[in-house]
Amino acid sequence: MRRDVENSLRSFFVELVVYAALVAGYYFLVLHFLGTWLEQLFRNERRVYAFVALALILGQGLVLEVLTRLLLTWIKPHTEDG
Amino acid sequence: MTFPISGVHINPIYLIAVGFVVGILGGFFGVGGSFLAGPALFVAGVPMNFVVGTDLAHIVGKSIVAARKHRTLGNIDIKLGLIMVAGTIAGVEAGAQAIQALKRTAHMDSVVGLSFVVILLGVSGFMTWESVKTLRGQRRARAAGRHSSRRDHSAVAFIARAVHRINLPPHIRLPVSGIARASLWAILLVAFIGGFFSGFLGGGAGYIRMPCLVYLLGIPTHIAVGTDLFEIIISASYGTITHAFKGNVDILIALVMHTGAAIGAQIGATLTQYFGGPRIRLAFIPLPLLGAALMIYGLVTGHPTK
Repeated sequence: MRRDVENSLRSFFVELVVYAALVAGYYFLVLHFLGTWLEQLFRNERRVYAFVALALILGQGLVLEVLTRLLLTWIKPHTEDG
Repeated sequence: MTFPISGVHINPIYLIAVGFVVGILGGFFGVGGSFLAGPALFVAGVPMNFVVGTDLAHIVGKSIVAARKHRTLGNIDIKLGLIMVAGTIAGVEAGAQAIQALKRTAHMDSVVGLSFVVILLGVSGFMTWESVKTLRGQRRARAAGRHSSRRDHSAVAFIARAVHRINLPPHIRLPVSGIARASLWAILLVAFIGGFFSGFLGGGAGYIRMPCLVYLLGIPTHIAVGTDLFEIIISASYGTITHAFKGNVDILIALVMHTGAAIGAQIGATLTQYFGGPRIRLAFIPLPLLGAALMIYGLVTGHPTK
């Protein structure tokens, strides 16, 4: 039981580190470039902005769900001992 | 980091941390967490109109992550969720109309604030009484050797049985939730109540809908949490679009918050496997109390907190 908890915690911390690195890269590459374009849309094309905003958050929701699930699947066997 | 749409300067780490905490709560309890995320954004300097719309946008992304996790755990009744969407959207519109009507009076803030406090304290008080009574009953049953740990017990299951007996056609079956027969109108009414409070008080109103699903419709707690999240994806998407039309959504803030919420929601949803229904309901109780405390603070100091 205690070993299970230790393994789960180790998996979680490894996932957190890998995830943090990926998210940091995501900021600088994606959000930085999207910022100006989204601001223009917000000021000039409010209806288009509304649908683009929803598509972005839905898309990010799906991508991050897959990413966190894959990370857990990949990390778990590498952090379990015995 | 400056967010050009709303024009505010916020540390992204702060947004990720807020998203992470609210994500855990959302995954575990099936709530949007606007009663925490709203004040957290407001304190960081986000204008109130952006707080409401941006919070809804972030709830959409977070609910996708948590709902997919709950789906793999078998905790979503899709048929129930789709039926509820109609009642929720009608309720949101009715709640928004009630706000418009109140805007014409001078007491809107105090009426909405006091309603919020009374409802949250009522939900919290009732759930405390019910969960403690259920857990005591379970302990007695276990001592007598007639306890089944697989069932989601409730001390007020008679309420749901009375709702199931409502003889107003059409009737439907919800096999995933273990309900043999329930009036469609009863389900729509429960969804309408949740939607009304969402439109009237803001946020996803999961603190109303989740208890309503459990106590009024008799949905097992785990399925109520998962189905509520599934339903929130659709109703919060609707809210995001309408608020974005009005210029109330800073999607960049929502995207940053959501990166923290995504991992928090996974953790919260996974944790539900380790707790029984009454224990999840018992752990839920401090959330409405916290929301009520924030609102009382806002009313007393004159600072809006949502």
